[in-house]
Formats: sequence, C-alpha cells, structure tokens
Amino acid sequence: MTNPGDVGHGRDEADGETVSPSRRRFLSRGTALVGGAMAGGLAAETALADDPNGPPHIPEWMKAPGADTGAQPYGTPSPFEKHVVKNIPKSLKQYTSASVRTPLQDLDGIITPNGLFYERHHGGVPEIDPAQHRLMVHGLVERPLVLTMDDIRRFPSESHVYFLECSGNPDFKAIHAGKTASDLVGLVSCAEWTGVRLKTVLEEAGLKPGAKWVVAEGADAAALTRSIPIEKCLDDALLVYSQNGERLRPQQGYPLRVFLPGFEGNMSVKWLRRLNVTDEPAYSREETSKYTDLMPDGTARQFTFMMEAKSIITRPSGTQRVGRGFNEITGIAWSGRGKIARVEVSVDDGKTWQDAGLQAPVLNKALTRFRLPWSWTGEPVIIQSRATDETGYVQPSFDALTKARGMNSFYHDNAVIPWRIAVSGEVSNGYPKA
Amino acid sequence: MAIRRLEIAAALILALAGSAQAEGRYGLGRPASEAEIAAWNIDIDREGKKLPAGSGSVAHGREVFGAQCASCHGEKGEGGLGDKLVGGKGTLASAKPVKTVGSYWPYAPTLFDYVHRAMPMNAPQSLSNDDVYAVVGYLLNLNGLVADDAVLDAHSLSAVRMPNRDGFVPDPRPDVR
Repeated sequence: MTNPGDVGHGRDEADGETVSPSRRRFLSRGTALVGGAMAGGLAAETALADDPNGPPHIPEWMKAPGADTGAQPYGTPSPFEKHVVKNIPKSLKQYTSASVRTPLQDLDGIITPNGLFYERHHGGVPEIDPAQHRLMVHGLVERPLVLTMDDIRRFPSESHVYFLECSGNPDFKAIHAGKTASDLVGLVSCAEWTGVRLKTVLEEAGLKPGAKWVVAEGADAAALTRSIPIEKCLDDALLVYSQNGERLRPQQGYPLRVFLPGFEGNMSVKWLRRLNVTDEPAYSREETSKYTDLMPDGTARQFTFMMEAKSIITRPSGTQRVGRGFNEITGIAWSGRGKIARVEVSVDDGKTWQDAGLQAPVLNKALTRFRLPWSWTGEPVIIQSRATDETGYVQPSFDALTKARGMNSFYHDNAVIPWRIAVSGEVSNGYPKA
Repeated sequence: MAIRRLEIAAALILALAGSAQAEGRYGLGRPASEAEIAAWNIDIDREGKKLPAGSGSVAHGREVFGAQCASCHGEKGEGGLGDKLVGGKGTLASAKPVKTVGSYWPYAPTLFDYVHRAMPMNAPQSLSNDDVYAVVGYLLNLNGLVADDAVLDAHSLSAVRMPNRDGFVPDPRPDVR
C-alpha cells in the first residue's frame, strides 16, 4: 500500500520490481532534458519577436501601478482564466430540472471552488431570504420545533471536507460520448462543509421510539423529498450552512441543506425546510420513479445510497494534448465508504498497473489527489486509473459493471475510465466506440 | 433541616427533568403547533393513509391535464419537454425499457404526492386537491388502470394496485468485485 504523502513512489506489478523514486526521477529527467534542449533552441530564436514581455524586455505590467487594493469587493479569477467555467450543456430541453458539471480537468488539489461546484436541481434555484427561512422538525419527536437560521447557527458546529457526487455520473449509455473528464464524471465536487450534526438537531426535538427514517424536504419548487435512514441521521449527517468558509451558494442550498457524506447527491436535500421523522420511508417520486437502478431482469434496486469507490485521471485527459517526455499523470479518487487506500495507474491499456502517490492528508469521504510521474515515448497508449478504498473495494471495469447490472441501470456507474493518447499526443475518450 | 434540604434537592432534580422534557438540551427553536405542521406537512405515504379529502373524475382530469400538463407531457401523456407518462408495459426487462407511471411507478398515492408538491413545473402547489385527484385519475386511466368513468378520492386511489408494485428490491452492493 502506498504511504499517503509519499508522492511518486510506485511498484510495477507486472514483474514485481520495485522502482525507487530516485531512479524514476532520473529516468524521467533524462527524457525531459532532451525535450527541453530542443524547446530551448526554438524559444531563443523567436523570443525577441513573439515574447515582448520576456527577457530581455521589462514586462509591461511592471511599468505602472496595478489595480487599486480592494478594487474587487468580492474577488474573481484572472480574466486569463475565463475559460475555466462550469460545463453547461448547450441544448437541453429545459434548464429547470437539469445538471451542470465541474470542469475537473482544469482544477488542481481536492477542493472545488464554490463557483465551479456542480449543480443538479429539480425545480430551479430558489432565492431564499434567510431571515424568513424556517426549518420544521416534526413527526415522531417529543417536541416538534420551528427553527430560524439564527437558531441553527447557535448549535455546536463542525467542519469537514467531503465530496458530493450525483448518482448518475455518468449514465452508462453516455460513457462513449463524453469528450472531457468533466463530460464523463463532472458531477462530483468536494468542499469543506460547516454546520451542525443532524443528530444534535434531532435530539433537540427528542426522537420517539419507532423513529426509523427522516424525510427531508426542500423549499424549492420541486419540494424535493428524500428519506434518510435514522442510522445515517445519527451518524455523520450534517445540516450545513457554509461551504469553503462562506455561506452556501444558492445553487448549493442557501441558506441550509442536508449533507450526507458518501451518499448519492440528491439525498443531501438543498434549501431544507422540513424534517419529518417517520417509521417508514416516504417512497417519494425521487426514491421510486427516479434514483432507482433498473436491472436486466426488470427489477429495480431501491435505496441505493452509497457512492462506491471511483477515480479518474484529470491530466492528461480528453481534449488535452501531451508532449513527448515527462508528464505528470494526476487525478482524483473518492469513496463513499471511507478513505482511499490505493490508486493504481496503467499506462499500457490495463496490462500492468503501478501505484500512484496519494497527496496527504487522505481524508474520509473526500476527494484524494493522486499523481504518477510518467514519460511518454510518443507511442499510442491507453492510460487509466483504478481506486481501492479502505474497505478493500476495488473500482470495477466497465465490462465487469455492466455484466452485473446491464446497460439500463443509469445510476451508480463507477467504472474505470480509460484515456486514449494518439501519436499526435491528442487525448480522447478511451472507451471502445459503441 | 437536612431532610428539608434533600426535599428541595429532589424537587430541583424533578424540575430540571421536567424542563428537559419541555425543551431540548440547547433550548433552541420554538414549538411547532399542530396547525403549522398540518399546513406544511404534504407527505403522502405509499398506502394513501394520509391522502386528503376531495375527489376528481377522469373526465375532469382530462380537462385539467389539457390546460396544465399537456404542453410539456403531450395531450395523451406521450412526453415532450416533460417525461413520458403512459405506456411501456412489459418493457422493463427488455433492452429498451420505457419507464412511465403505468410501467414503473409502484404506488398510486405517490402520484398524488408528486403532482401536488411539484407540478405543474411552472406553478407547483397551485392545483386544488380535487384537481390533483382528477389529473392523477386521468393518468391512471391513460395507463388502463382505472375506468373512463372513475372518480378518484382517498379511498379509490389507495385501492389502485400498480403493475410494478413488487418490482423493487433492496440494494445488494457491493455486487462487483
């Protein structure tokens, strides 16, 4: 198993030979130097003409004072980063019940900026005045309560870094079509969440015997309703009001949402207005007609909460281009069941696998960044990653997954995602064409 | 004197226990009244025990559907901007399953719950209970599950047995190793 933080150490499984990090670095650097020398010669010739702010010139942004301090009361990214935006499908039938994706291939680390967090709404994004927002807790409780946002913020608070992932990320039938990492699995994001334990609020109301489920309802136009098993409610479930230090964005449930670490995203009900403690699930539309997984025999799996272990290489990934020589392969891995224990990377179409380094700290039910130093020889290759979580569960291949579940279950596709690198260096979706 | 003190201590403990019963550990929030809960609690269970008073005919449902729903779901629930609501019977185990109210939804009262809380998409919670019963009746009729002259209410809607009622199974994952 790879030691968290021991970035770059790997073992080649095919022959069992352990390649030391220093030896790998030496090999990689040798290749990089050859490429670098060539690039350097070219650069020198074109520098004067095409590099007006490079040496020997003084960069123009040094010749006059920059923008005023505080010119932006709420800071935004550099204009040169304006292409890094949510991945919004162009021609949906409607945008009220729809989803948009995080541009995973443009991001580093494990924290998703709030403005790039994926969205999935069922009745649009409501604009809620927190002063007028109320949470009602009722049903099988001793003391039915109405809570204001001020009340909720007075409870003891906690902060945790957790991923959130839409259950359909992607549809089994969409895997051949996705061009970028975002197209394929952009309905996953990760943030630091702050709020109160759901358990604390339920205990404030006092659970009655027989309380087995909590039905959460949103204050959106869908009044979205999901049933949460009481075990999860009393475990790590949160009522969240802040994300990455600031109040939730409207798209993430402002002013209050449920957060169920590791469970499919739609259960973390946004714009939370009501918790109904019950003895059985609501069997709402969102847990019968939708978010149930149809099997080849015509039965459908219900209450499929867990988001199982998954990973994807985000660089190099689809629509990017790699150059010969040194390239760092990097990506993200996550599991709803806990911590990521291992990420393996194959650079030979799955024939052999080697351990990637995991960036410390490796957090429970959070994205984990993995990296593997690699040198591309210019041959066409297929690269892919495979995650294992702390329970020993290994991310399956698409073939293994569809063998068990067929092609019509729509939700919970956590298959390995291959990228094809052509002789040109162009990277594209590595799934065989349908 | 000592006994008196003990009595006071006992009374205090009882009072504390009593207040713990009356309010939670942090004393936050205010009590929700029965009327407030009744006004906000729109959850309908799968057996239909919580269905409200009111009724609506299939014939009236056709009118309401035409005015409120057809622009997205089609005149006969064939789908469009919104989901297809009719048909698909016997397709669930095929290569191209068609999941509709008739072929997939397991419980008829859930239709009331969903139409009432979320439809029509441009004006949710605007239909009267009578109109919701009527629209639900029309959808069930289009799927061949109630007669043309049916009138739906709490009793008759609860009595409708959906074809896919027993089609759901628990989550067996991890199922792939």
